[in-house]
Amino acid sequence: MNWLIDFFADPARWSGPYGIPMRLLEHLEFSALALFLAALIAVPLGLLIGHTGRGHLVVVVSANLARAIPTLGVLVLFVLLLGTASIWPVIIPLVLLAVPPILVNTFEGIRGVDPELRDAAYGMGLRGGQVLGQVLVPVALPLILLGLRLSAIQVVATTTVAAYTGLGGLGRFVIDGFATQDYSSVFGGSVLIVLFALVVQFGFTLVQRVTVSPGVSRRLKVREQSPARRGNN
Amino acid sequence: MGDGPPSLWEWTARNWDTGRAGSIRDLLGDHLLMSLVPIVAGLALALPLGLACIRWRWLYQPTAALFNVLYALPSLPLFMMLISVTGLSPVTVIIPLTFYAAAVLIPAVVDGIRAVPEHVRQSAVAMGFTPLRRLIRVELPIAAPVVIAGLRVVAVSSISLVSVGALIGQGGLGMLFTRAYQNPFLPPVIVGIALIVLLALVADGLLVLAQRLLTPWERARRTT
Repeated sequence: MNWLIDFFADPARWSGPYGIPMRLLEHLEFSALALFLAALIAVPLGLLIGHTGRGHLVVVVSANLARAIPTLGVLVLFVLLLGTASIWPVIIPLVLLAVPPILVNTFEGIRGVDPELRDAAYGMGLRGGQVLGQVLVPVALPLILLGLRLSAIQVVATTTVAAYTGLGGLGRFVIDGFATQDYSSVFGGSVLIVLFALVVQFGFTLVQRVTVSPGVSRRLKVREQSPARRGNN
Repeated sequence: MGDGPPSLWEWTARNWDTGRAGSIRDLLGDHLLMSLVPIVAGLALALPLGLACIRWRWLYQPTAALFNVLYALPSLPLFMMLISVTGLSPVTVIIPLTFYAAAVLIPAVVDGIRAVPEHVRQSAVAMGFTPLRRLIRVELPIAAPVVIAGLRVVAVSSISLVSVGALIGQGGLGMLFTRAYQNPFLPPVIVGIALIVLLALVADGLLVLAQRLLTPWERARRTT
């Protein structure tokens, strides 16, 4: 507990480029950037594959493989290969690791839509794109959001680990503190990261509650608990 | 490959068993232990909790919510916070991984057992099975595919997550990553990633095999 007081009560911790506000902002920036880029790749791809039914195998294999790949190893690999001149050698693996959960869940969400519902939409005269946008996506939204949330959890965790390879963010307090045996920094940083992760988790729950149509959420509630759809962090 | 820097094979062969601590073989052993214990302990935690959640329905929502939150916490800060309790030991890595495993397995146990058809349950009761025997001989075998699906996710992610422990000096094969980063050298990273992925694939394969052996009726149903 004293460590925490030392960490949070020290005014020097609250200002400058290495202070808590800047590190928090960095963490948010890197995580959001990686998640945004991953969603930009994975959501359209998942929609396409789920809608057309082609490339199903790519999704399954990428999801299983992604879980097996050690994040720290990939980060070190990219940094050794590409250097540390910019943040991209670290952001690229963050994005790559964030893609599979979104891709799988978007794909599963679209594919899991009741075929009768899809046929009814076509029967009403909607075209392929309209069926996707007005029927399939709203119905699949809980799973798409689940994928985004799992990816966000993963990105927050991996951004922390990425501090080891020189990326900024809250992980710096933990990694640097550990290296210099400054346990107030290690402990304070850990608490900050945990709080950050909780806020992200809570934020997604809130977004889900607001955006998912009530008719859909009641019907799909049970599906969310399925274990095979979880990723790793 | 060639004369200059050692090839992957050469490097692996030279460091496989150096006789000193930290040879690849040692790290592989550590890695196996540190990923196997959370898988087993996670199941040992999830079974009674899952059964309790089925017996007392109201328990499921709060339990699932609690483990969902635990699951969302990044591993590194958890390791760091545990250091003050368990020190720099494998246990520090094993405890968080156990909770992640339980977070995946509790819903698997609950979903699996809840999916047992009511008529099957009632037949078992009618045949005079005691609740415990019914659980062991009827409900758990029927739930096995769902639980094993959960175990596959847990096994693969535990095996890859252990490597984060390298940041506190307890990472099994993950130690190859920190070593490679400290004196920039590519082979350890590649060998480390390859061995971890290989280990995950083997574990996954073994669980698929276990499922086939434990649920022979699934196969019979498919062939008829």
